[in-house]
Amino acid sequence: MPEGPASEFEQGSSLWKDARHRMGQNKFAMGSLCVLGLMILLCFAMAWFCKDPNKVNLVNKFAAPSEEHWFGTDALGRDLFARILYGGQVSILVGLIATAVSVAIGIIYGAISGFIGGKTDAVLMRIVDTLLAIPFLVLVIVLQATLSNFSGEVTQWIVDSWGWDKQFTSRLTNVVPLFFALGLLGWLTLSRIVRAQVLAIKEREFVEAAVALGYSKSRILFRHVIPNVLGPTIVYSTLTVPGFIMYEAILSFLGLGVESPNSSWGVLIKEGANFLETEIQLLLLPGLFFSLTLFSLNFLGDGLRDALDVKASKD
Amino acid sequence: MIKFLLGRLMQGILVLFTLYTITFFLAKAMPGEPFTSEKNVSAETKANIRKLYGLDRPLWEQYYVYPKNIITEGSLGISTSKGRPVKDIIAQSFPNSLILGLCALGFAVGIGIPIGVLSAVRKNSWVDWSCMGIAMIGICVPSFTIGPLLQIYLAAHLPGLKVAGWGSPQDVILPAFTLGLVSAAYLARLTRGGILEVLSQDFVRTAQAKGLSPSKVIIKHSLRGGLIPAVAYLGPAFAALISGSFIVETIFQVPGMGQHFVNAATTRDEFLLLGISLFFGFLIVVMNLIADLLTGFLDPRVRIADNPE
Amino acid sequence: MSLLEVKNLKTYFHTRAGTTRAVDDVSFSINKGEIVGVVGESGSGKSVTCHTMLGLLPSPPAKVEGGSVTFDDQNLLHLPLPILRAIRGKRISMIFQDPMSCLNPYLPILEQVVEPILTHEQTSREEAESRAIEMMIKVGIRDAETRARSYPHQFSGGMRQRAMIAMALVTNPDLLLADEPTTALDVTVQARILQILRELRNDLGVAVLFVTHDLGVVADVADRVVVMYRGKVVEQGSVLSIFENPSHPYVKGLLACRPTFETKYRILPTVEDFLHAEEAKDGSLTLRERPNAMERLSNLENKHDPKDFRREPEQTLLEVKDLKVHFTSGSGFLRKTRQTVKAVDGVDLSIAKGKTLGLVGESGCGKTTLGRAILGLVHARSGIVRYDGAVLQASDMRSYRKRMQIIFQDPYASLNPRLTIEQALTEPLTVHQIGSGSSDRRERVVSLLEEVGLSSAHLLRYPHEFSGGQRQRLCVARALAVEPEFLVCDECVSAMDVSVQAQVLNLLNELQESRNLTYLFISHDLSVVKFVSDEVAVMQAGRIVETNEAEALYRQPKDPYTQKLLDAVPKSDLKELRERQRRN
Repeated sequence: MPEGPASEFEQGSSLWKDARHRMGQNKFAMGSLCVLGLMILLCFAMAWFCKDPNKVNLVNKFAAPSEEHWFGTDALGRDLFARILYGGQVSILVGLIATAVSVAIGIIYGAISGFIGGKTDAVLMRIVDTLLAIPFLVLVIVLQATLSNFSGEVTQWIVDSWGWDKQFTSRLTNVVPLFFALGLLGWLTLSRIVRAQVLAIKEREFVEAAVALGYSKSRILFRHVIPNVLGPTIVYSTLTVPGFIMYEAILSFLGLGVESPNSSWGVLIKEGANFLETEIQLLLLPGLFFSLTLFSLNFLGDGLRDALDVKASKD
Repeated sequence: MIKFLLGRLMQGILVLFTLYTITFFLAKAMPGEPFTSEKNVSAETKANIRKLYGLDRPLWEQYYVYPKNIITEGSLGISTSKGRPVKDIIAQSFPNSLILGLCALGFAVGIGIPIGVLSAVRKNSWVDWSCMGIAMIGICVPSFTIGPLLQIYLAAHLPGLKVAGWGSPQDVILPAFTLGLVSAAYLARLTRGGILEVLSQDFVRTAQAKGLSPSKVIIKHSLRGGLIPAVAYLGPAFAALISGSFIVETIFQVPGMGQHFVNAATTRDEFLLLGISLFFGFLIVVMNLIADLLTGFLDPRVRIADNPE
Repeated sequence: MSLLEVKNLKTYFHTRAGTTRAVDDVSFSINKGEIVGVVGESGSGKSVTCHTMLGLLPSPPAKVEGGSVTFDDQNLLHLPLPILRAIRGKRISMIFQDPMSCLNPYLPILEQVVEPILTHEQTSREEAESRAIEMMIKVGIRDAETRARSYPHQFSGGMRQRAMIAMALVTNPDLLLADEPTTALDVTVQARILQILRELRNDLGVAVLFVTHDLGVVADVADRVVVMYRGKVVEQGSVLSIFENPSHPYVKGLLACRPTFETKYRILPTVEDFLHAEEAKDGSLTLRERPNAMERLSNLENKHDPKDFRREPEQTLLEVKDLKVHFTSGSGFLRKTRQTVKAVDGVDLSIAKGKTLGLVGESGCGKTTLGRAILGLVHARSGIVRYDGAVLQASDMRSYRKRMQIIFQDPYASLNPRLTIEQALTEPLTVHQIGSGSSDRRERVVSLLEEVGLSSAHLLRYPHEFSGGQRQRLCVARALAVEPEFLVCDECVSAMDVSVQAQVLNLLNELQESRNLTYLFISHDLSVVKFVSDEVAVMQAGRIVETNEAEALYRQPKDPYTQKLLDAVPKSDLKELRERQRRN
């Protein structure tokens, strides 16, 4: 697009720009964004400088917080601070990757269903209805149990054929099924939201005008429909992340998710719950990190919803 | 109405069948043997056991026999790890889960909806903010953190409450509270949102113009429409209560169905897994139907329209 | 003594963006049994005035900054809320624009109609119900006894508004505030509602404050008129005096820019011809009359009548033969019961090159569907559309997109909110490979903008930064970008204020002359259709009931339905008004 000298034209303010401005006004949302940034920085950057989270030291178990161990140590003398940060990596990654998987499936599925419409739409949505009526956690548990039963064999295979580090590989094969179990089942609601939005946008006259102007189907879909569907999708995805983090914790707590010695916030809370009468910080500290992250994600999602004016855009 | 029920019945059967299919093939795909606990068994006995459970037959036959047995004999198979009929296991453990779930649901509805109404009425006051803040805590703090905290701070100090166990009536209090908290929080948020949505509509202004008092405007004109999102959530909420009960049952040692299910998933007990999955699926189909009927009761437009969209 | 007196009322809206003086020093009064019309365009503060009286505005942002509303020797603005509530719905009732959203969808109609009685009077429920049903019969709800327990969505638009009126009058109030009560309704239904209001005034002696944007309706129903403009009352007086001899330039402009059945000229005067408004920095407004406005107006009237002006041999551009569009409802592949709605049911029409065919009909008659079916935007079940000699096929529709365009009712919904004006206008050029290179395209876009009365300064702005009239100009510019010969205008001025409507209609007429365009002009407004059209087709229930040359159709309607439509249009010509004055 040709760009004239800026002074010649009155610069317009796009809806995204307006939304960014509104977002900036929302103190809760901005605070949450800072907390989240800090949390990600801690878990992913700071963790490199930490102690080995898996180093067992039975002599120094249940140590009180000290300069050496900021949060003290756990029942096996492992550094709690390091374990929380490493656990955070897993929890945050589960939330993000599972969301990414479900957003990818959900957008494509929902957009196709809504855009094509007619019989295709009816069939696709009946499938979603059916899957939605199936208890989510039941399916996740079954799927996760199946997938994780393979993890030992897959680890062995990777180590044998590609020569990867065994510890790293087993950590990976333990966690990766979780991403997919959650992601593969989490897209249902999102696809319905995207479809409803696409249907609403399709009714708008600018899409009809685009058809009347002879634009191609793909141009209409990618330039006119999808940009207008992004707002609600972003909002809903943001609100999905905490849900997945919670599911990871539930599964890990039940012994179906991440397994010791790997850590995740769910694992740490589970371990902490065993010693709560004497060493309550083992439960409270991971719980604090966990809840703080969830708080921030929820407030951020609420803030985005207000800023992008998701409800109003339906009319 | 009959058409609607028939349609939903068909959909329910479809749901259960899909659930069965997925669970069946996932269970078959699990590597390893179902009888790993019994170690010193000869290959011959193993084969005999397999035959006893019908596991030696071709896959498609197994796939078809299980639902046939449900319909013709009402049998859900026999647990391979416990050696007892799945039906008996469910019959024994389900009442406990049901009592726990219902108490939790009652608590969630009894606390969540009034808090939501209060919040909506006092919108943007400190009452609203603190109610919604508490609701957010309910959503963000997992039950397996709250549960243990309740155990050491409440159960240990208050007479009559036990840290864990299931025997006397008051044993239900702490687990039900822990379990219901999340749903109560969601219900509060949904109720608040629903009522505010209704309060922003034009007919509320009509009601004001008629000279109705604010309380009457809320009770008569906005509660009904405002509760619809919350009621629609009740079906999934029940699902959440049951699945949440896996954890609460573990923490408070309630002999419910959740533990059996988790065990079945980890020990490859495929009949128990199938039986409990289907039973859960059945419950949720029924609860969703009830939630839909309730929504129809609240919203006359849904009641008439044959299209549920 | 007057029943209600508004004195120096000021209602301001305080928002972060600044203060809006929605109602700025407004005074008027209403007597017992009188119908007073408050007229103004959007943003004139007419509805806000109405809502302020009963304290129905949300505060913040609204704040009453001064003045008084005296009713029964009480200043309503300073009454404690419980006492004000005893007046609301009992002494002063109110009805609103959209009866669908203003009735509670969750409660039966009867429940809502008895509510004012049960709230304000010590009456048994049975008696309240029988009174409610009695009132519902009085406002013309057929089978009121049996239908009273239905829900609002089971009523038609007109019936809902009747139910609203019944609800407002069931307590025998002294004053009825009616806020645009007929705006959402069809003309024939509007005529019935206006008649009901007049009858009720005569029978019950209730005074009515009738707020509307429609001068025709006011002339039809009111005794006195208050004209508002940007929060101020610019003129008030009897209907006849306002229509016969307006003194304020705004009122003169408003009356002149409205096409009526009698309008003879092709270009409408606009409010700006009469009025020069200057807004100072503090938000105060100075209104000045432009000199020689009347002279210019008479110039327009003396100009040739262009409807006879282009008498060339006619060449048919578009021909529609036996077109049918059917919709099936209650879809879903498991359900067997399907209802077929015959939206367009065998329509024939033809439009000559360079002419305008007006298509009128009430809501749901299929006129919009017909317009879209011609362009292939909805699938026609059967029939032929012949354009410039060739039969249109769905397969080669895209090659005709350059030649046939459409303008919609809602200009905001018809512009993609995420694209700048430049992007929106360049896109059709790129798609159809019009112009060479980006600089040439930009020049074309700028000249298009100038053609519709906007400037290149607007290029980088987004649709939400424009006013409604400007947005519709943008839509026209976008449609013209592909240089079409034929335009479907689908209710394209229906959502606009009359002053803006005049500008857009003028623009369409100018473009027709300069580009020799052919229009299919779809509207529910008979006056507007007559103004723009050479020929008019009347549509009812999917069929064309009558087609004729515009002048002849309005003078001598042949079909009874056309007659009924024409009779329902509120009459505001002076002869009619004088007649009524004499009768009273």
